[in-house]
Amino acid sequence: MNSLLELDGLGFAWPGQAELLDIPEFRLVRGETLFLRGPSGSGKTTLLGLLGGVQRASRGRVRLLEEDLGRLSSGARDRFRANHIGYIFQQFNLLPFLSVRENVELPCRFSRLRAAHACQRHGSVEKAAVTLLEHLGLSAELQGRRADSLSIGQQQRIAAARALIGQPELVIADEPTSALDADTREAFLQLLFGECRAAGASLLFVSHDQSLAPLFDRSLSLVELNRAHAEDHCNIL
Amino acid sequence: MHLLRLALASLANRRFTVLLTVFAVALSVTLLLAVERIRSEARVSFASTISGTDLVVGARSGPVNLLLYSVFRIGNATSNIRWDSFLHYAEHPRVSWAIPLSLGDSHRGYRVLGTNQVYFEHYHYGHGQPLRLAEGRAFADDPFEVVLGAEVAQALHYRLGEHIVLAHGVATVSLVQHDDKPFTVVGVLARTGTPVDRTLHISLAGMEAIHIDWHSGMPAQGTARISADESRRRDLTPKAITAFLLGLDSKIATFTLQREINDYQGEPLLAILPGVALQELWSLMGTAEKALFVVSLFVVLTGLIGMLTAILASLNERRREMAILRSVGARPWHIAGLLIFESTFLALAGVSFGLALLYFGIVIARGYLQANYGLYLPLAWPNLHEWILLGGILLAALLMGCLPAWRAYRQSLADGLSIRL
Repeated sequence: MNSLLELDGLGFAWPGQAELLDIPEFRLVRGETLFLRGPSGSGKTTLLGLLGGVQRASRGRVRLLEEDLGRLSSGARDRFRANHIGYIFQQFNLLPFLSVRENVELPCRFSRLRAAHACQRHGSVEKAAVTLLEHLGLSAELQGRRADSLSIGQQQRIAAARALIGQPELVIADEPTSALDADTREAFLQLLFGECRAAGASLLFVSHDQSLAPLFDRSLSLVELNRAHAEDHCNIL
Repeated sequence: MHLLRLALASLANRRFTVLLTVFAVALSVTLLLAVERIRSEARVSFASTISGTDLVVGARSGPVNLLLYSVFRIGNATSNIRWDSFLHYAEHPRVSWAIPLSLGDSHRGYRVLGTNQVYFEHYHYGHGQPLRLAEGRAFADDPFEVVLGAEVAQALHYRLGEHIVLAHGVATVSLVQHDDKPFTVVGVLARTGTPVDRTLHISLAGMEAIHIDWHSGMPAQGTARISADESRRRDLTPKAITAFLLGLDSKIATFTLQREINDYQGEPLLAILPGVALQELWSLMGTAEKALFVVSLFVVLTGLIGMLTAILASLNERRREMAILRSVGARPWHIAGLLIFESTFLALAGVSFGLALLYFGIVIARGYLQANYGLYLPLAWPNLHEWILLGGILLAALLMGCLPAWRAYRQSLADGLSIRL
């Protein structure tokens, strides 16, 4: 199997603190959708920071697309992230003062590679944004509006469109559904799956809501994955 | 380009604070430029109080003192000079015109100047402008005619044909009036913005006539008094005057003649070049003028600090904006660049708006300033000095912008992709 993301013997500690993450092995395959269950305090945010190259691992390796992130300079990691990863956050994903479409186009403004992908597939960055937004059920009328004039459900779909534009290989979603109600939650996920599949992107979905897990190809728990925490738990017990 | 677009959209989103900040910077810029303009124009206008006169001659004292009483009508002469000294130089071969000046009387706080018709012809001010009569005519042969400066006529509401009484001495409240010899207003001069506006002009004969029966500074009593009609029949050639102005046929002769006058054997005289004495006088006032400039520089600094405060205060609320930008691929230097652009843009907008305010102010105020203070404010493009000041303001804003930029840079490195609210 062709793996997109590999963690090997990864360890991370904030300066002067005990090790927060100790992940011996982790693989994400291309095109896979993975549910990663992580309660708050499980080192979830730090892990996402490491995957995005915002932080550097204390030991071990983070390999994305065969590239060892730890070996890249911080500028190169920023560029690499912009080129290959799309993010969806819990809430307030959008710049309120830009229009919906401008928000979606943002990654292509910072990554030439993603702009090139968008143009290749749709003819122009603008057309790519329009097409993605239409697929995610946002009408042309809504696309010119200010991003903060839309409902939270709509905003999360805009965030998904933004994560997917220019076909990044990996989409990382950090609790994107926690602000949505149960009905829209699943609809949102189906749209997200569909678009990830269409773009050929892998999806790493982090959430504490176990009920969503069956919808994914695979499900993992960060607590089980992370030995640093396992020891913690043993100590407590 | 998209970074500019982002920065502008973000500013537009905070337009109320942004407008206030720009307005504060603009006001400070307007103040600085206005002070600069008025300062340089005041200097020019001061220097052009008198023009075309090559030498000012009076009794020996100091150059500034002589200039003050003869041109600015401030203070008093230490002593008079003899009429034949004046005649001696008026008839000098290098002299093309000579204006006698006789001072010492006043009318309701305004100085009275005794002179002759040459004054109306050859006294120049500003950039060589001659005196112009707004109404009436210059005084003629009758000794009891007076020509008013524009401000005198306006402030005291005098019209042609009105009779006025001069007072002896220059105190605002004069105890001794020349009430036996009233003067008739025959002309009013157009406004010049110089001390001429605050002067009443009479002929030397008139000056002599009102003092004809005076002895040792006291008016004659009873039968010794000489009536106005009687004085008209007397010889009214003055015996002494206060000072005189000389116009020479060539500028080259100025220094030679100045030396000659200063060495005059008849009596101790002092000849000065008005330009040089004006420079000397201006340098006395230079400190106040510089202080004004420094104060307005500090006002600009205050404006810029206000801007800095506004940007720094916005940083915390904009952590989310920064984190979102980082997540879509913006690098920390993008974030820093945004903030530097922001402060530069605010300063640029402030400077432009300030310039607009300045020109608006000039258009509104120039008529009033010209009429009342003789300050001519041209609607000219900023000069090199002003461009340097404006450039300095922008540079200062750019440097100040580095502080929030640096903080945002650190902040975005620390926050990474986590969105803090």
